[in-house]
Amino acid sequence: MFRGIIDLKSLWPIAAIFIVLLILPPILPRFYTYILALIFVTSLLAMSLNLVLGHGMIFQFHHGVFYGVGAYTAALMLAKSSLPMWVGFVAGPLMAAVVGLIIGWFCVRLTRLYFGMLQISLGSLIWAIVFRWYSFTGGDDGIHGIPMPPLISSLNNAYYFILIILVICLVALYLILKSPFGSTLEAIRDNPQRCEAVGVNVRRHQLMAIVISTFFAGIAGVLFVVLERSVFPDLLFWVLSLEIFIMCLLGGWFTFAGPILGAAIMVALRTFIGIFTEYWTLILGVILILLIFFLPEGVMGYFLEGFKPHAKEVAERRGE
Amino acid sequence: MLQVEAVDKSFGDFMAVCQANLSVGRGELVAVIGPNGAGKTTLFNLITGQLWPDRGEIIFGGEDISGLPSYQICKRGIARSFQIVNIFPRLTIFGNVQVAVLSQQRRSSNLFLPAQNLAVEETKSILESVGLSDKATHIAGSLSHGDQKILEIAIALGNEPELLILDEPTAGMSPEETAATLELIKNLASSKGLTILFCEHDMDVVFSIAQSIMVMHQGRTLVQGNPEEVKGNKKVQEAYLGGE
Repeated sequence: MFRGIIDLKSLWPIAAIFIVLLILPPILPRFYTYILALIFVTSLLAMSLNLVLGHGMIFQFHHGVFYGVGAYTAALMLAKSSLPMWVGFVAGPLMAAVVGLIIGWFCVRLTRLYFGMLQISLGSLIWAIVFRWYSFTGGDDGIHGIPMPPLISSLNNAYYFILIILVICLVALYLILKSPFGSTLEAIRDNPQRCEAVGVNVRRHQLMAIVISTFFAGIAGVLFVVLERSVFPDLLFWVLSLEIFIMCLLGGWFTFAGPILGAAIMVALRTFIGIFTEYWTLILGVILILLIFFLPEGVMGYFLEGFKPHAKEVAERRGE
Repeated sequence: MLQVEAVDKSFGDFMAVCQANLSVGRGELVAVIGPNGAGKTTLFNLITGQLWPDRGEIIFGGEDISGLPSYQICKRGIARSFQIVNIFPRLTIFGNVQVAVLSQQRRSSNLFLPAQNLAVEETKSILESVGLSDKATHIAGSLSHGDQKILEIAIALGNEPELLILDEPTAGMSPEETAATLELIKNLASSKGLTILFCEHDMDVVFSIAQSIMVMHQGRTLVQGNPEEVKGNKKVQEAYLGGE
């Protein structure tokens, strides 16, 4: 199943990073372990968006909704039902995918910007329900002190749980992108009309991509609950959706791992600049302006471009 | 095999195609000619479902296919190339053709097998047959215009069509490229037994290879017949060949 798509040489640095991440928690102060785990959760969230955004050019403007739905579903089931806990963990992503299917079913009828606008409207509807329905969702107070299985109740154990799930999800996302489904999705990104002409049902394919992407967003939502043990309506607010969007652009939306880098940068900025000023978005704004002018392919895209063996060749041919 | 009967298509007040008739028999090499704006590309778009006709019937394999979405028409065995280069610029040449082959094999939605190990033989043999094998790993957007036009045809071949529609396959090509492309089209028609419908500006090209020619003028079909009949037709001479 991995034949030919994983280069053993490029696996070494990844394995090294993974091992470092495994031995860090006992050494690090609690706060940094928490920040790392938050970066993992956010990375998965950004990666799930980038499946449709960078690889499918589907303008999923309100991705946060699916994150929030995943988180709320898990939180409600853990806090308010007596079902076994794993049911809540599984229900989160499934519920997110169902909502993704419903919203996506309407949205794929439109393209590009109109897709995004409709999604913001439908997503905001869900936000409004969560925000207002005090008796069920806790309204703007959210839900706090959600019980966790003892195995993952300590911060370090939660960290390991999140890391392992993240790795599994990244492998799955990688395989999906390298599959016929993924390459067809990238072909749709490049030229939907031509794709239709070679016999691909473009809308159905895009809808399938949205469902997969929202499923992974739901997993990220569940991991957020594992880490924070609370949920609040901001998880579904459009501001967060915009941040996820920026993470993808910042990291490099045409690369596989770019969104991870974007998520790390965003979480770090919010945390460390947020200590000094509540106007950390001001710094973010400046960074974004610089990015648009100097690194249009994102941070990861910029560095990968330099290593591409054929980059020079292509440039030469363009020059003739 | 393909019958277009009294098809109309208007954009606002403008009748782009009006009472167009066309008949393509199995194994034939049929050309559509006509001056710019005669409605040739619109007619092709109607046949392959990029546009839907206002009136009239398009019969393929005994069934009316007008109004079907283009992906379904493709699945029924009509593949096409486009006049203005219409490829996947960020994918490799190989990837461009493979998308079509995977779609043909109904594997586009397969999630958990690496695509690069699938449909490799089929894709390679198509690239071989059009002469692009040595550039298989190049990014399509970086190719010369002539090669991109050839890639257009290669993508269409990926669907193993019964009927191949080529919209001005030699547009913008140098004379040498044009000659090579014609040779390629003739080869495809004979070696794969393909039925080919194409449109073309270059009259020499059309009269040298087409078995049947349909002449369009202002959206209407003037006549369809073999090259001799078309040359001798009065209406064609008046409207198109300038009354030579």
